[in-house]
Amino acid sequence: MPIQRDDALAWIKAYAKVIEEQRSYLTDLDSAIGDADHGVNMDRGFKAVIGKLPEVSDKDIGTIFKTVGMTLLSTVGGAGGPLYGTLFLQAGMKTAGKMELSLSDWTEALEAALSGIVMRGKAQVGDKTMVDALTPAVDTLKDALRTNQPLNKALEMSAEAAQKGMEATIPLVARKGRASYLGERSAGHQDPGATSSHLLLKTAALTWKDVS
Amino acid sequence: MKKLINKPENVVREELEGIELAHFDLVKVHYDPNFVVRADAPVKGKVGLVSGGGSGHEPMHGGFVGLGMLDAACPGAVFTSPTPDQMLEATKAVNGGKGVLHIVKNYTGDIMNFEMAAEMAGGEKIEVASVVIDDDVAVKDSLYTAGRRGVGSTVLAEKLCGAAAEQKRSLKEVVDVCNKVKNMGRSMGMALTSCTVPHAGKPTFDLPEDQMEIGIGIHGEPGRTRMPLKSADEIVEMLMEPIISDIPYKSGDEVLLFVNGMGGTPLIELYIVYRKACEIAKKHGLKVVRRLIGPYITSLEMAGTSITMLKMDSDMIKLWDAPVNTPGMRWGV
Repeated sequence: MPIQRDDALAWIKAYAKVIEEQRSYLTDLDSAIGDADHGVNMDRGFKAVIGKLPEVSDKDIGTIFKTVGMTLLSTVGGAGGPLYGTLFLQAGMKTAGKMELSLSDWTEALEAALSGIVMRGKAQVGDKTMVDALTPAVDTLKDALRTNQPLNKALEMSAEAAQKGMEATIPLVARKGRASYLGERSAGHQDPGATSSHLLLKTAALTWKDVS
Repeated sequence: MKKLINKPENVVREELEGIELAHFDLVKVHYDPNFVVRADAPVKGKVGLVSGGGSGHEPMHGGFVGLGMLDAACPGAVFTSPTPDQMLEATKAVNGGKGVLHIVKNYTGDIMNFEMAAEMAGGEKIEVASVVIDDDVAVKDSLYTAGRRGVGSTVLAEKLCGAAAEQKRSLKEVVDVCNKVKNMGRSMGMALTSCTVPHAGKPTFDLPEDQMEIGIGIHGEPGRTRMPLKSADEIVEMLMEPIISDIPYKSGDEVLLFVNGMGGTPLIELYIVYRKACEIAKKHGLKVVRRLIGPYITSLEMAGTSITMLKMDSDMIKLWDAPVNTPGMRWGV
């Protein structure tokens, strides 16, 4: 079965839990090259999302994603708020009215999310941002779609690609966001935004491991 | 962590409640979404001025709301940009029919949130202009960074634009004043200690007893270089040199010299800094015609200072001297 509405809800709830567990880790990563608030901000945002979900849990996946996006936009703040807000708003527009998602639906949604993020944040691959984790994940999904991979396998591959992209941010010198003020000193640290993005896709692959 | 707080998650809310109780004659506080607004807003026929940013920089921005300065300020969580819904509601609350200016500090989060708010306000037929302040010479302005950070000049922009708006100048004219500050103001800061974000619970970075950080930002983000501690005079030279060489100041130029405290440095030390900064300015033939000394754009309890120099013309001097009545700055009233 493709990804059902309840699967989508389960993914968001699972991610909120992951963020709560990884709050200190994300904030520590941000302390090294940013301003020590990424974990705390994401946790505040996803706690608010959990409070909002009951209102839309009988709606289509698009409405659920859009509600997540609007809630993040008004509660996270910093750079993470507009960027993760945009991710879910864009994905929500692509999945409007849908009660289930195929590999093609999910690929389109994540691709739209990534273009929205690139437009809002103006970052490119290699700038040491969340774009470095999301771009290879989207590319991998597109390949999987072309080669007719099963949905759960494609999700697993995209999470692995996001992990590689995240790890690849370690040696990079930041060119966007607060880490860019550090210049060369930002090298040697993993980007917190790429890390939370990898966790998002890893949680999707784990939550949706039985879809097809 | 040793702080005079109740719970980290209540810091901003309880601070706003305190501001509301203390300054009810000047401002009103709106909750959910949070913003501080002039008690008499919207002032009809006047350009509305809105700024905002993370909390932890007090008195900026909430302390600068009132006659002759901001109409509204949006506080985010500590060191975190506020959100578009706050900015939109603040913009609507101060719209007196002549448009609204957003004064934005150049940080990725602030820029994106204010952009989204301006788009939303446009959808509600409110004319919004934005000026991004990016005066920190410690950051190289290039395609390869987020650009210079907005620091001390923001305080000066809020004062001068506030005075211009109070004279009922048009949105375009107020934007012109803001751009003058943006183009003619330069800053550089340093830290003697780190600071602790309440919900992080530990210092943002470690700075050993005998070291200092040069080129620090206002969020406890590490600066450009770390080096052994030097004397006040030597430190001031290291801050003034990049500022003076950045704008081609001519001998005889009139400037405003702003020595800012980062939150944990006492006035006694800021005056020692001012003394040397003034001497260096004079050596370059610059006339210090106005000055501001004190903690105005802080970084929680960080010890350190930043110096801002703004080239002034006669209009800017008049705007600086114009009456201002806010919790954090008050004269001429």
